[in-house]
Order: sequence, then structure tokens, then C-alpha cells
Amino acid sequence: MNTLAYAWRYVWARPMAALLNVLLLSLGLGSITFLLLVSHHVERAFERDLAGIDAVVGAKGSPMQLILSGVLHLDVPPGNVPLAAVNALKKNPLVAEIIPISLGDNLQGYRIVGTSPAYLKHYQATLAQGHVWDAPMQVVLGATVARTLGLQLGQQFAGSHGLGAGGHAHGDQAYTVVGVLAAQGGVIDRLIITDTASVWKVHESAQGVDEEDRQALEDDREVTMALVRYTSPLAAVTFPRWVNTTTAMQAAAPALEVTRLLHMLGLGADVLRAFAAMLLVTAGLSVFIALWNAVRERQGDLALLRMLGAPAGRIGVLLMTEALWLALLSALCGLALGQAFVLGLGWVLGLQSQLMATGLLWPNTLWVVPALAALVALCAAALPVWQAYRSDVLQLLQSKG
Amino acid sequence: MIETRQLQYAYGAGQPLAFPDVAVAQGTVLLLSGPSGSGKSTWLALLAALVRAEHGSLMVAGQNLTPLAGRSADAWRARNIGFLPQKLHLSAALSVQHNLELAFWAAGLPVDAQRVGQVLAQLGVAELAQRLPSQLSGGQAQRVALARAVLMQPRLILADEPTASLDDAAAQDAVHLLVQAAQGHSATLVIATHDARVAQALASCMAVSPKLLQLGPAPREAASSAAARRLPA
Repeated sequence: MNTLAYAWRYVWARPMAALLNVLLLSLGLGSITFLLLVSHHVERAFERDLAGIDAVVGAKGSPMQLILSGVLHLDVPPGNVPLAAVNALKKNPLVAEIIPISLGDNLQGYRIVGTSPAYLKHYQATLAQGHVWDAPMQVVLGATVARTLGLQLGQQFAGSHGLGAGGHAHGDQAYTVVGVLAAQGGVIDRLIITDTASVWKVHESAQGVDEEDRQALEDDREVTMALVRYTSPLAAVTFPRWVNTTTAMQAAAPALEVTRLLHMLGLGADVLRAFAAMLLVTAGLSVFIALWNAVRERQGDLALLRMLGAPAGRIGVLLMTEALWLALLSALCGLALGQAFVLGLGWVLGLQSQLMATGLLWPNTLWVVPALAALVALCAAALPVWQAYRSDVLQLLQSKG
Repeated sequence: MIETRQLQYAYGAGQPLAFPDVAVAQGTVLLLSGPSGSGKSTWLALLAALVRAEHGSLMVAGQNLTPLAGRSADAWRARNIGFLPQKLHLSAALSVQHNLELAFWAAGLPVDAQRVGQVLAQLGVAELAQRLPSQLSGGQAQRVALARAVLMQPRLILADEPTASLDDAAAQDAVHLLVQAAQGHSATLVIATHDARVAQALASCMAVSPKLLQLGPAPREAASSAAARRLPA
């Protein structure tokens, strides 16, 4: 047997203490794994879904609500804005591209988003089946929607009013599935995408009988918001101010709002982090007490090892290895626990949550967990090792007990 | 084998313990006796290069131990010293086999499983190799500890109060076994004890009387006491 094997035997010579220590350490490390994974999921989701959108223009209200509703599809929008006002933005030389977004209906909780084909292009969405709509009332399904609802090309369905499941159905206006997108791992997977005109068609009860009526209806048309891409980064300074002061709309910068949101989430995460740190310190103390007692109980055995010719350093390494075994087991259990928490949370929140990607992830920050485990174990072992190091072998010879 | 001259050792700033000069040939059995506090354990520790003498010279197995310290002392001890403590200190977590293999680990040498089997067989405990120390009787444990002491074929075996917790018959057996094991390996044997039964047991199993080193009750007396003398019959 080598040092690793001896250390393993010594750890399991006191199975209850070993299990308790592994459990305590695992809980602390599991909490940290959970926090790291959740923040990684959230940040990644934000980065992915916000990429390339410089501003969102919509009804006045909370700018964060605008971002959450229009880009991340987590919240309800503050209201609608006139189509004409959005079209007027196109004349601004700072604006490179405008993508309209119209919200209002859903199918079993999945949002039906009226937009232009530019939306698909923006997210670099590719079709797994079918084609992009070429007329109103045709839809393209996100991969998750197609999978969970089991909708096929050519099938028809009616949307329900509102953004959550349970609104009244627009039974008279049926959508037809003409395309299914390839899975992307982003917000677009959970959307039903159609032409902006579809949303108008569903919601406009009045039908124009002549050209004048149709013109009047068109003048009143609204969209929920518009995603804006700038021609130059300098626009970030002037464009939102221009929109906020000269129009009845507001412009929100996703980067700014998400930073604010992450900061708010960060406060909660700090509390959890402090809690996890407390768990880790407790676990560290427990490991320390266990090792300290082990060294005291085995003082004679350790002195005998010195008598057999083991240098003090080799005995120190043996004790450190015992602590590292506990750390390794705990790190594995903690990582498994944290991943299971995240998977469980994703499962419980289901597809309602658009932030949580499914599947196991290993962001680089997760290396912190085994490193922390090793650090706690080595700190806990330091004093017992020192105790063993300076123990007087003579005491063994003199102690007759 | 063992040669000491004007050997002294002090604990901290206390009065130094002075030891009588000794000269012992390889293969000798030396009985170290004296009351508690007379320095028996210290003398053993000096012989095992666990502590360094402050004064005097100490040659063991051809090695001058006075300058030896740290890792070189550890390495020398692993090769040359076998040790049988009063409390056996068999690791409770390890089987008999692994307890013996631990001696190779301590010495930083590759495990020689054949040698372990051979020594256990010599001492009649080969069938206990896979047992835990808690599953051994007192006599079996004593044999296993003795096997560990002779495992590395040491030139000097130190036994510290080997009979203290044994009844008369077991004490006699233990001493006989110890002498046999030492003679079987041509090792010098030092038995530190204040148990009179050890002398009797030695007399019953040895053709030649063992040497005796009597340490005095107090350091001053020890310093002026005579060198090793013959054990009275």
C-alpha cells in the first residue's frame, strides 16, 4: 500500500466522523456549485439573447420591464406604441436596423411574437423544417415549442389572448405551422414567430370595407416595441435621450438594464454566498476537530511510525492526504449536489423559466469548488499536522498507558 | 556493536542525565534496568537516534550517532533498529499484513510481501495476516508486534517493558520469543525493564547470562555508577 491507500484506510477507520465531514463539506460546496451554475446560466442567457441589440424602444414605463418583456420574454410589456412612430425612427441616421415586436397572444404559455423575418436573421436562426412565413397567419415554431406541443408542419392552432396560458381563445383565427427552427439554446427556442400582420389580423375586430377605412385602420396600427441596432457605438449616448425627449416612447439600453438587474440579483446571491461560506467554515471546523482528535488518538501510532524510520514530513503528508481524501469526496458530492439542484430547479420551473438552460454544464468558474475543498481541508489539517510534526517520540517510549 | 563514552542528555535546561559507559558486542542480550526516571527510555531514544546526546560519544552498529540528525537519522533508524514498545501500537485501521507493510512505507522502501509472510510464519501467526488488531488475542498481538520489530532485519532490537501487562506464563513466553527472534536475526537485543521476571526468563532460556546495565535512581548516582556488570544469578 502507498500513502494514498493508507490515508484512505485511516479516514474510514472512523466511518461516522468521515461521513459527517463529507456531508458537511458537501453541503457547503454544493451550495457554492449551485450559485456558480445559476449565475453562469443567467449571465449566459442574457449575453446570448441580448447580443447585437443596442436599444429597445417601446411605451413609456419601466425600462427594465421593456427589456425583460421584449428581449428576454420574461415579463409583460408596458404597453403598445404606434407603428408610425416606430417607422419614423428609421429615418434617424443613427439607426441601422429596426425589428418590430408585437406581443399579445400565446399558445399554452408559449408566446406568439409578431415580427419581421429580420428577427430570425438577427438570432441567426436556421430552419429545421419548412420555410419562413410568406403570408399573415403562418408561423415558425421554436424548437422547444415544436417538441413539447408536438405540432407538425401544416397543423393549425388558435392562439389564446394574453401572455400566460388560460386566456380566451381566438377560435376564429387559426395559425398554420409552416416552419420549425433548429434548436439554439436561446429564448427563440420557446417562441412562436409570425408576421406582425398576423397579430393585427387577430386583434382588429373591424374590417375595412373600402380603401379609406383600411387606411384609417392602418394609421391606428400599433406594435409592442422595436429592437434597434445602431450605426455607430456613439449613438448609445445620444439616441436614447433623443427618443425619451422628442417622442412619446422610451428607449432602454439592454446592457445597462441587465447590469442593473444582475446587480439586484447579486445582492441576493451575496446573501446565499455568505451562507455557503458559513457552511464551508463550519465544515472546515468539523474536519479540523476530526483530524485533531484522530491525531491525538493516534499519537502513539504516529510516534511508532517515527520509530520505524518515517521522517516527520512523511507523517505530515499522510495526515494531509487524509484531509485531501475528505476534500475530494466532498468536492465530488458537492458538485453532484449542485448540478442536481440546478437540474431540479430547471425541471420544477420547467419551460416557464427562460433563463435556465438544461443539461450539465462545466463553466471554468466551477474549478473554484475543488480548489475550495482542498483549501478548507489543508487549512483544517494544518494544525493537527503541526501537532503530529512536533510530537515528541520520546513520549511514546515513556507513556506506559 | 554499542559503545558509549561519557554520554549525557538533558531535558531543556534541567539537570543532565549522565549514563555509564557501555561496550557491547553484536548479538549480545543487554538487560537495562533501573527505577522510573532513571533514564531508561532516554537511553533507548539515544540508541535509536531519536535524540542527540549533548555530550559524549555513541557508536551503534559502526555508526557514530552523535552528529546524526533529521532525515539521515530516520533512514539509519529504519535500517538498523527494531522496536517493541510496551503498548504495541498496532494500527487499528489496518490488517496484520498492512501493519507490517507500514514498516516498509515508514522506511520509504518498496513493500516486500514475501518477507512479511516469512516473518509472520516464523512467529507462528501467518494465518492471522488478514485479521484486524482488534481480532487478535494479547499473545497474538505481541507476536505481530515482534514480527514488525524484526521485519527489516535490524541489527539492534529495542524492547521497552515488553512484559509489563502480561501474566507470568505469557511474560516468560514473550521473553523467550524475543530472544529467539533476536538470535535468529543475529541482532543485539536491549530489554529495558524493571520487571524481575524478565531476568528469570532470560536465565531460563540462555546458555550465556545476559549483560546488565543498571541505571541509578538519580542522575548524579547514575553518572558515578559502574559500567555494565554481570547479572547476578
